[in-house]
Amino acid sequence: MSDETNGNHHDGVDRRGFLKCMAWAGTGALYIMQGGVLKSYVMGASPQLGAGSSAGELSFVQISDSHMGFNKAANGDVVGTLKSAVDKINALPIAPEFILHTGDISHLSKPEEFDTVDQVLKSAIAKEIFYVPGEHDVLNDDGKQYLERYGKATNGSGWYSFDKKGVHFIGLVNVMNLKPGGLGSLGHDQLEWLEHDVKHRKASTPIVVFAHMPLWSVYPEWGWGTEDSSQALSYLKKFGSVTVLNGHIHQLMQKVEGNVTFHTAASTAFPQPQPGKAESPGPMTVPAGELRGLLGITDVNFVHGRHALAIVDSSLK
Amino acid sequence: MREGIQKAGRLARIALASTLIIGGSANLLAQAEAAKVPTAEVKIDNFSFGPALLTVASGTKVTWTNRDDIPHTVVADDKAFKSKALDTDETFSYTFDKPGAYPYFCSIHPHMTGTVVVK
Repeated sequence: MSDETNGNHHDGVDRRGFLKCMAWAGTGALYIMQGGVLKSYVMGASPQLGAGSSAGELSFVQISDSHMGFNKAANGDVVGTLKSAVDKINALPIAPEFILHTGDISHLSKPEEFDTVDQVLKSAIAKEIFYVPGEHDVLNDDGKQYLERYGKATNGSGWYSFDKKGVHFIGLVNVMNLKPGGLGSLGHDQLEWLEHDVKHRKASTPIVVFAHMPLWSVYPEWGWGTEDSSQALSYLKKFGSVTVLNGHIHQLMQKVEGNVTFHTAASTAFPQPQPGKAESPGPMTVPAGELRGLLGITDVNFVHGRHALAIVDSSLK
Repeated sequence: MREGIQKAGRLARIALASTLIIGGSANLLAQAEAAKVPTAEVKIDNFSFGPALLTVASGTKVTWTNRDDIPHTVVADDKAFKSKALDTDETFSYTFDKPGAYPYFCSIHPHMTGTVVVK
């Protein structure tokens, strides 16, 4: 794509601006991509979104990092904040068709932690939930329990793809077999599967990739990236619209690179510091009144007629 | 009937006393053992092993303690030792019997690395 020429459009925001763009949960930023160009709006001033659901529209919600079982200072009630996330989902103007959970469902891979999340999510208006594992979901057993619970019809350690209203969704696993000193990893088998999965699809098919760890280099010093993500993305080059949804870093971040929009979701459990802004990426304890403003859900809307994809982050406040 | 109960009580008391003796001597034995075995500590703080490079004498028992709010693991690069996920304040110990360098990492956060050098 000729990014640099497309990158500066009517909205007056150029690509370079977006490469640096980083938003915190609760700021209510709304992103709409039209013809490969990302436009930003302040929430509330968003045009037509939520109004008039045209035929072929697809709405879904991403939640991430529920860390059920976490009980330290940063959030003593992760059940309560997950319930708030469900309330938020149920109150969306367009009912989402399904939910993507981008991992760290549990904090310590304990059966009761998974049970609690399953129980809370039962009250969500969307009944279908698609998962990918986070590193906290595959502790001590190489992901066996995760696969039994959430990955029965998947490949390898839990990767798979499916189609919804003409959009192709690809769930990837980048938290297994991590190497000393390394980042997240997809591995040879999964890359081979991905290449095959997208090979014969039309370039006009909108693609949504979701995985736990960021598939772009957010901050390698804290392990926030995936070592072989560039190979995965090379298989997606021909597609006009690729959206990559990740979790893991417990904060909102967005970047556009060519045809690909990268987005990380807030956690429903606790925030983590901005890259390099603390001694470590550990849970960030904030004053009680500020916690919910830093947690949230991500609502994604495709409007085929307008060639638009919109990502709306809302905090749990 | 009553005699039976008394007998049982007496037997139980004897059993308890012998347990205490055996238990006590085992305890002493463990203490003596502990005094002989050199030990060293590695603390996990802020997603790092401290010290990241630890040099010990052969036979040293090294104990890692996770002091973060997030679980970590201690896994040898060659998988010679491998802890389960350690929650806050949980520990893992391994005794190094052979000289050499033992690089290890946290398999959940692989950017966390350390080495134990055994002289």
